[in-house]
Amino acid sequence: MHVVVLGCGRVGATLAMFLETEGHSVAVIDRERDSFRRLGVGFKGKTHLGIGIDDDVLRKAGIERAGGFAAMTNGDNTNIMSAQIVKVKFKVPRVIARIYDPLRAEAYRELGIETISPTLLGAGVCRDFLLDVPFRRVEEYQVPGHGAVPVPRPRDAASERSG
Amino acid sequence: MYVIVAGGGKVGYYLTKALIAAGNEVTLIERTRRRYDLLQEAFGDCAILGDACEVNTLEQAGAARADLVAAVTGDDEDNLVVCQMAKRKFKVKRVIARINNPKNESTFQLLGIDETVSSTKLIYSLIEQEVEVADVIPLAALRRGHLEVVEIAVVEGAPSVNRRVRDLALPPNCTLAVLVRGETAEVVQGDTTLQAGDLIMAITPSDSVQAFREAILGGVVPTR
Repeated sequence: MHVVVLGCGRVGATLAMFLETEGHSVAVIDRERDSFRRLGVGFKGKTHLGIGIDDDVLRKAGIERAGGFAAMTNGDNTNIMSAQIVKVKFKVPRVIARIYDPLRAEAYRELGIETISPTLLGAGVCRDFLLDVPFRRVEEYQVPGHGAVPVPRPRDAASERSG
Repeated sequence: MYVIVAGGGKVGYYLTKALIAAGNEVTLIERTRRRYDLLQEAFGDCAILGDACEVNTLEQAGAARADLVAAVTGDDEDNLVVCQMAKRKFKVKRVIARINNPKNESTFQLLGIDETVSSTKLIYSLIEQEVEVADVIPLAALRRGHLEVVEIAVVEGAPSVNRRVRDLALPPNCTLAVLVRGETAEVVQGDTTLQAGDLIMAITPSDSVQAFREAILGGVVPTR
């Protein structure tokens, strides 16, 4: 399968390397050339400099023949927008967006975009470890307010940079 | 009308000012503390600090009862998210997004945001008009800009002078609507004969403006 990964931060780069190790073809997009260093010397996939909400950049990365797309930049809204473009315009079967803001992640999940909130996942896993209770399934960590972790109050959330 | 403006940069600032002056109720949402302080000086409680992309902030701003949400930040992806949240989560009837990259206009439409404004595109189209068809004055855009209402003056020496409208080689779907001659206006008919000094209001497809100009004025460069 061909997979396009947007954002070559720690998560994006690690994901790209995972997929490549498992024999998939991978293209990584980032707007800073420096970021590609995280991929290590052994990485044989393609790297593309550009922004992920640009059709031309996505096409160059092979989005038209991709079976999967992962939006992993540190900007929630960039991830949301690119994931929607890829899903609606290019009809890629498996699309996932990383969204830090739990409520936004939930809202877009309701709108049909698969999202993963590292905020909820990280906090939930750490809490379960600390309280020495068994780990749960990933989906169970993704529901804000359902006993997993408290949802940040507006004032806390407002001070976070998001986009 | 109750309007929520997302983004307190220059566009958001002046938009809020104009809306308040026109008697509307307005809430302006700004994300950065520094800019917010300044906005609060100007607008008092009408300005709130928060990220308009977040559900909580929109709720705090009363999005559920807003008549209109205008997302005018400098980032297209932020404007998209604000509009989608407002429309889908809060059922706001009308949302308007500012677009910086003209390429995003079609993307926004595809993703359900129909009303967009791109200053880049507006300025570009003004420049284009200035260069190519300075004597065809655009009056209004119809059908999302696919059709234009334009005004053109028939000048001395133009090939259309003393010719009947039905004999002009107008581009397809181009309609001469009203003719102003002296102090009177009349509806243009097929046997209307054009004269120098006539002013014509016409409706033309946007991509035929140049052809329309040639049908009326040919190579003549008006001196007005």
